Amino acid sequence: MSDHAALNVAAAGFDAIAEEVSGPRGAKPRRVLSRRNIFLYGTLILIAVYYLLPLYVMFVTSLKGMPEIRLGNIFAPPVEITFEPWVKAWATACTGLNCDGLSRGFWNSVRITVPSVIVSIIIASVNGYALANWRFKGADIFFIILIVGAFIPYQVMIYPIVIILREMGLYGSLWGLVIVHSIFGMPILTLLFRNYFASVPEELFKAARVDGAGFWAIYFKIMLPMALPIFVVAIILQVTGIWNDFLFGVIYTKPDTYPMTVQLNNIVNSVQGVKEYNVNMAATILTGLVPLIVYFASGRLFVRGIAAGAVKG
Amino acid sequence: MTTRQNGRPSQLFRNLNAKIASIPMVLTALVVFLGGTAWTVLYSFTSSKLLPRLNFVGLDQYERLWAAPRWMTAIENLAIYGFLSLIFSLVIGFLLAALLDQKIRFEDTFRTIFLYPFALSFIVTGLIWQWLLNPDFGFQGVVRQLGWESFTFNPLYNAEIVIYGILIAGLWQGTGLVMCLMLAGLRGIDEDIWKAARVDGIPMWKTYLFIVIPMMRPVFITTLVIIASGIVRVYDLVVAQTSGGPGIASEVPAKYVYDYMFAAQNLGQGFAASTMMLLTVAIVIVPWAYFEFGRRRHV
Repeated sequence: MSDHAALNVAAAGFDAIAEEVSGPRGAKPRRVLSRRNIFLYGTLILIAVYYLLPLYVMFVTSLKGMPEIRLGNIFAPPVEITFEPWVKAWATACTGLNCDGLSRGFWNSVRITVPSVIVSIIIASVNGYALANWRFKGADIFFIILIVGAFIPYQVMIYPIVIILREMGLYGSLWGLVIVHSIFGMPILTLLFRNYFASVPEELFKAARVDGAGFWAIYFKIMLPMALPIFVVAIILQVTGIWNDFLFGVIYTKPDTYPMTVQLNNIVNSVQGVKEYNVNMAATILTGLVPLIVYFASGRLFVRGIAAGAVKG
Repeated sequence: MTTRQNGRPSQLFRNLNAKIASIPMVLTALVVFLGGTAWTVLYSFTSSKLLPRLNFVGLDQYERLWAAPRWMTAIENLAIYGFLSLIFSLVIGFLLAALLDQKIRFEDTFRTIFLYPFALSFIVTGLIWQWLLNPDFGFQGVVRQLGWESFTFNPLYNAEIVIYGILIAGLWQGTGLVMCLMLAGLRGIDEDIWKAARVDGIPMWKTYLFIVIPMMRPVFITTLVIIASGIVRVYDLVVAQTSGGPGIASEVPAKYVYDYMFAAQNLGQGFAASTMMLLTVAIVIVPWAYFEFGRRRHV
């Protein structure tokens, strides 16, 4: 059946008609400069320019001095390249009374992101494993609550969590925020791991059980090594998600431990002083740099992560 | 029976381990998601100010909420932003996916470019577009510099159209995701469908409109639910781009909730507003969850 289909596609490739009738699954047109191709690539390039423009403007602005910004055009490349805005954004920009720049927010974000990613993934992977391979009665009900809960606006749950954290003595602390990120990352990550572990052949699992391996032994010796790609996907998902978080950071931490996004917003949108657009843009790039690096380095895995999170497998 | 159980974990022990491992999930589902939601809804009927207190006042908070101009602006903004954002992101996302599905070269490069804004936070997105839409230096300034002195495109400082300025930024950030979901849907369409349509001489746009899109209904519904629940939450973008201004022109419900809970110390209002947000989401989610989980149970 599939052979037959493949043969058909190959035949279509040699077919003269295939050049006239275009379809996404058709053969690749041989003429490079056909009208269709010019239109297609022209549109794509135009849209790509639109999507890239903000990044370009941001970058260019951050390399200009303020006089040049006031006189010039935001799209023009810098005449005199200066890295001063970057240095200032990183080391001396002020938020309130603190004038040690974004570096403080950066390190806070690192201190928040690393434990949050680790804790949330450990919890969710074990959850997903239990749901896929060790079902107990009622497990599905909790899972459905979890998935539906992912759509409940955070605003409905933020105050009860404030109370819970206060009772635990964790309100305003780093570990309080780690718990919050683990809670709100749980639905999507549990889904991710559950779907992955459910796709592992059952024979493997049964064989391990015949050999006497228990819950944790199977998890650590069989499932964990096999699930490494999905762990990478989960890490990508969590690093970008937690690094980009603003709402939880502003609610559950104190000004001294604000994550980078919150500090960035405070620097750029502060009402005092003269607006230094170049410093603001340098600060904005610095904050976006970590998720961008993760995104460009991970390539297809990032897509797989959001697709796995979005479309239920 | 007992001999057979030798050499493998007993029934009770097995269940116990899985149950212990699921404690975080059970606690999150019951205490935070169910309990937290019920708690907030319950306290929205009280006159809590600085601290949550159980002195019930009926629907007072809701009456006050719907009489507040700021809330009405927030709801109106959410309606405009939500409606346009849904339509545009579905249309643009689908068109981009269809373009990428033409067996083009450099597909990965184009996809990477269209999706990268999605990796950025709303704060970063909002600040970029605040700069691009700056009336003196941004688009407006550049066009005026080119000689068109009367050109006006200043959404962020015009109360009438500020929400469209936020929409531009939101679409830039979010369409890549929709494109990815749509592309996955398009790749799931059987090749034979395309061949059959081609044999019958149906033009491509007609094939898309009358055959492919109806076939992708589940993808559209999932995407719709994901975008819709994201729209209701929109908060950081507004905070970064306009801080709700000019005046209160770009307020959104999520910001109203935050301001009343943590800045104005008027918890009751915050709870009532967040309950209204929950209700908005429920209108979208409940029918979807019913079909999704109801259908799965029958299979």
